[in-house]
Amino acid sequence: MPELKKTCLYTLHESLGAKIAEFGGWLMPIQYAGIISEHEACRREAALFDTDHMGEFMIRGKNALTDLEALLSCDVHTMAGGQCRYALLCNEQGGVIDDLLIYRRDESEFMLVVNAGTRAEDLDWIGGHISEDTILEDVSLKTAKIDLQGPLAPEIIVKLLEKPIANLRFYHFMENRYRDRDLILSRTGYTGEIGFEVYLEPDLAEIFWQDCVRSGAQPAGLGARDTLRLEMGMPLYGHELDARRNAGESGFERAISRHKKFIGSAVVTDTEQRTSRLCGIRINGRRAARQGDLIVDNSGNTVGVVTSGSFAPSIGCAVALGYVNLNYTPPGTELILRGARCELKGEVVEMPFYKQATGRRKLTDFL
Amino acid sequence: MTPDDRKYSKSHEWIKLEGEFAVVGITDHAQSALGDITFVDPGAVDKTLSQGDECAVIESVKAASEVYAPVGGVIADINSKLVDAPELLNNDPYGEGWIVKLRAVDPAQFDALLDAAAYDAITA
Repeated sequence: MPELKKTCLYTLHESLGAKIAEFGGWLMPIQYAGIISEHEACRREAALFDTDHMGEFMIRGKNALTDLEALLSCDVHTMAGGQCRYALLCNEQGGVIDDLLIYRRDESEFMLVVNAGTRAEDLDWIGGHISEDTILEDVSLKTAKIDLQGPLAPEIIVKLLEKPIANLRFYHFMENRYRDRDLILSRTGYTGEIGFEVYLEPDLAEIFWQDCVRSGAQPAGLGARDTLRLEMGMPLYGHELDARRNAGESGFERAISRHKKFIGSAVVTDTEQRTSRLCGIRINGRRAARQGDLIVDNSGNTVGVVTSGSFAPSIGCAVALGYVNLNYTPPGTELILRGARCELKGEVVEMPFYKQATGRRKLTDFL
Repeated sequence: MTPDDRKYSKSHEWIKLEGEFAVVGITDHAQSALGDITFVDPGAVDKTLSQGDECAVIESVKAASEVYAPVGGVIADINSKLVDAPELLNNDPYGEGWIVKLRAVDPAQFDALLDAAAYDAITA
């Protein structure tokens, strides 16, 4: 087994007494003070996440746009410079190699932000499907990434950066200056709350983290990151998405273009080939279903499988995501989640579970 | 400080005699390892348990685990407050976070459990 990697903030996490565990080949902080208090900090104030394990690729060249159109599920040519989009990287069978964010810098230069556990495979796949003159560079090791999320995030970050940010729109990014150095700030995240993903040089990561903490951000681990994304119905690669599941069944229609061909599109965009759909299920009680639990109907027929489940702190009950046969996906459908230890009653509900998130609101509301 | 008015199991339960009853909970070490507890099923009154039987189910955000009866006995009462406030297990594991009360406990099994110092030694 290869040695587990450490982010540039690992020593800091240890000194904060974080519980550390393996994730995607990296030793990552799961929690500091506690998952629920970190979750609440993000919903009500501001939380700081080390996401340096994630990978960043630069792709540039005159054919980069055409190459990315063929590789990614979303439209790329309609993106303006400074815009980000969520996309799926699919295989020929329509399964998902990775889910990622694409950043368009200008006509011919793009950044992809990918998951830690799939980074090497992504690099191989992309490298094998681009034009000879397109340059693909893995800049992960020289790029640190920290997410600052929550209603206080804008006023925390505005004090640290040189350039004004008030006009930065949802799913857009900008270059800014911090302590006389360049960084990239995008209005994106994995929590539903207003906030930023920040890309900076690794030697700046620790001081940036400390500056945010001094301004009121609370360190938060992957545990809270998972409950926050689950409440928003956002997918986690390896749970909701994998190489075998038809990406079209995810229901992420906004990430899937119907106006172009891309690798896997013959399967992904063909609605006839879909037999189930990713659904949110609200459970009647606090006890959680877990990945792999069966979803059954009132007659005991298996109609699906759970991909993620947890107690949802901002909802006050347990929730789950799972793939459910198409006949059982309308909101209000009653389902039973059958685990090894118990059966739980639930109901299909519209996504997101948590509807008060601030992510799409105007930045100026928070400055 | 691990209270010295009760006994401990190697599987991180505590048990305290109160008159004819024995109160059972999990240790501070156990709650800390589990993290935020989000669900407790403290079993059913009148159920007879042998030593080591599952007597409650606990879930934290990340995992599910069992509480085992440190001695044999019959469930005389359950802490119903835990159903709506499972965080009592984190906040006060040796007090408000008790899980079940047993009757008809086996005194020999109780005497053979760990005292506070011995429990501290295995969790140090």
